Amino acid sequence: MRVVVAMSGGVDSSVAAAMLAREGHEVIGLSMQLYDQSNGEIAFGSCCTLDDLYDARRVAAAIGIPHYIVNFERQFEDHVIADFVREYAAGRTPIPCVHCNGDLKFASLVERAESFDAEAVATGHYAQVDYDETTQRHRLKRGVDAQKDQSYFLFTLSQAQLARARFPVGHLDKTAVREEAHRLGLRVAAKKDSQEICFVPAGEHPEFVGRRAALPGGAIRDREGHELGRHEGIHRFTIGQRKGLGLSTGIPLYVVDIDAESAAVTVGPREDLERTTLTASRVNWISGETPASPIRAHARIRYRHHEAAATIAPLEDDRASVVFDQPQSAITPGQAVVFYDEDCVIGGGWID
Amino acid sequence: MRAYLDHNATTPASPEVVAAVVHALADEFGNASSVHHFGQRAKALLDEARSHVAALIGGEPAEVVFTSGGTEADNLALRGAAEALESGGRRHIVTSAIEHEAILNTVKALVKRGWTSSILPVDRSGIVAPAALAAVVSRETAIVSVMHANNEIGTIQPIADLAAIAHEHGALFHTDAVQSTGKIAVDVRALGVDLLSLSAHKFNGPKGAGALWIRRGTRLVPTMTGGKHERNRRGGTENVPGLSGMGVAARLAREKLAAEGPRLSALRDRLERGILERVPGTAVNGAPTPRVPNTTNISFDGVEAESLLIALDLEGFAVSTGSACSSGTLEPSHVLRAMGLPTHRTQNSIRFSLGLGNDEAQVDALLAKLPQVVAKLRTLVRR
Repeated sequence: MRVVVAMSGGVDSSVAAAMLAREGHEVIGLSMQLYDQSNGEIAFGSCCTLDDLYDARRVAAAIGIPHYIVNFERQFEDHVIADFVREYAAGRTPIPCVHCNGDLKFASLVERAESFDAEAVATGHYAQVDYDETTQRHRLKRGVDAQKDQSYFLFTLSQAQLARARFPVGHLDKTAVREEAHRLGLRVAAKKDSQEICFVPAGEHPEFVGRRAALPGGAIRDREGHELGRHEGIHRFTIGQRKGLGLSTGIPLYVVDIDAESAAVTVGPREDLERTTLTASRVNWISGETPASPIRAHARIRYRHHEAAATIAPLEDDRASVVFDQPQSAITPGQAVVFYDEDCVIGGGWID
Repeated sequence: MRAYLDHNATTPASPEVVAAVVHALADEFGNASSVHHFGQRAKALLDEARSHVAALIGGEPAEVVFTSGGTEADNLALRGAAEALESGGRRHIVTSAIEHEAILNTVKALVKRGWTSSILPVDRSGIVAPAALAAVVSRETAIVSVMHANNEIGTIQPIADLAAIAHEHGALFHTDAVQSTGKIAVDVRALGVDLLSLSAHKFNGPKGAGALWIRRGTRLVPTMTGGKHERNRRGGTENVPGLSGMGVAARLAREKLAAEGPRLSALRDRLERGILERVPGTAVNGAPTPRVPNTTNISFDGVEAESLLIALDLEGFAVSTGSACSSGTLEPSHVLRAMGLPTHRTQNSIRFSLGLGNDEAQVDALLAKLPQVVAKLRTLVRR
């Protein structure tokens, strides 16, 4: 089988490529160039930089597969960066990785793969995909390594996308992947894991967003509407944030609400973060079919959240309501809520 | 089967060239500046190489300065002449919009130093009009630099006419002949130029070897300062293996030119005609003549050049989307843009450049494969 591997230069996708090649597949390595690096400067060091492209190229040469760099600057700007800025400007907290997976790796890259007659696109994600003969549906499952599981970031994938997706390291844990990389003599075996947001250094997203959108300052208020202080733009805040508020009060205060229209940030004590319900938009059901009635499942409200039991009711216009059995802290608009049935992802959507 | 159709990027070294490089590296390790036996033997190799390079372009061996390649030759020509001339009050440089980056970025560097520049436009044919030069050149002009043949589309510029105009105003004339040397007859006297750059690896020589031909009497300040190598014009111990290989490549190029030019021309025309006939929505970029015999640049409507390049490589055909130096950027070709082509055509263009190893069987194999590859790419929904 001819298969395209999205090679980021990291250890996971490198091992994925090596494993497929060893299984006898005709492997083509593609690396995505996502931003203009023609000035040779590397602004930050986590993913898809010139160093990473170099690493990917070296790995491809070591395992003896062709490797190409495809330029997705425009797609990255249109689908990932623009959404990232727009979401922060709307007082929400985006997850660009989901768009990068759904709109780039499993869209633009799949399309490229098709043009090269490749049947599948593989990535280094810690997730698993299989085909259920009884339902005749592709299933998206957690990676075996619970610490590294990335199924959360893949909830937008359609049946057609899953049909072509391969996750060769999904059944391994990270230690085994690194050992495999060592065994194969790959130079990236000990390379550190990438950060969550590849195009902005940790903690610097306000500057990034501020350069691309003029966002006014506003008031920081308590629940009663008293102004406690001022801030320099709502994009500097996320629900549940405690640091960087610039307030001196007796009790710890957390961001509990962000209102884009009035540029107001509301703070309150920790218990104000607790909520039992949420609604989600642009919900994707992995099976391709919206359940006819409410279902019981476990819902995860952010990547590092331990999913909690909930009742999920499909609503009109690809929306859904989620009612948790127990209150959850800091349900954050813009993040994804992903529904799990044991190890299977059954769907997910964007928190309103 | 693999067919290499990217000879404007680089060429494979001929076996005789490889032998010459190996011989120099293995057997003649001396420093060509040394007085002793070993130095003399190395020097003899350099002298022989210099005479072959001079013969290839109709110059004198003493006028040939060896460099590390075309880019260094271009830098030496422009920066060296600029430094020699600016004290005389000439601080204006003229070049064309379709030059190689080695020229364009060197001109930019001079502009940063306070020079003024004029960039000559080209028309749809990709050829610089002498009248455009006449309109901007003046007594302030120090150097005019226009390439002999373009690397992306292959068009040949009217160098003799342009040089004459430059000389009327007392300006020096440089031509970057990296893409013409070895492909067509290059004669520095007939061209009437003062400075000419060439590069060995474009005519089946080794990489890392090139030359600047400097008309006797032309003042130039070295850009690579060092010892008294190359008659004080370029410091640094000479790369004897590479330069010796270049000498052999120059000799072979001169010997083969009369036969190889028409052969490549016929092969290129077969390829070009075949593509235009068999693949709908294709068009040749740039004037068909005058053009180097090995090059054609073709736009494929509705096809992203990057994808076509990869798809062809997977089928065993090595081509390029234009200059190898700009691979990996989204910038449409500055050459095609300067010709006034619409964006969709500048991003859909593929360069095919033929050379010694290509034959009809390879061209026919490509023609057999190309229609279905292009059709496949066109069926994909554009995102």
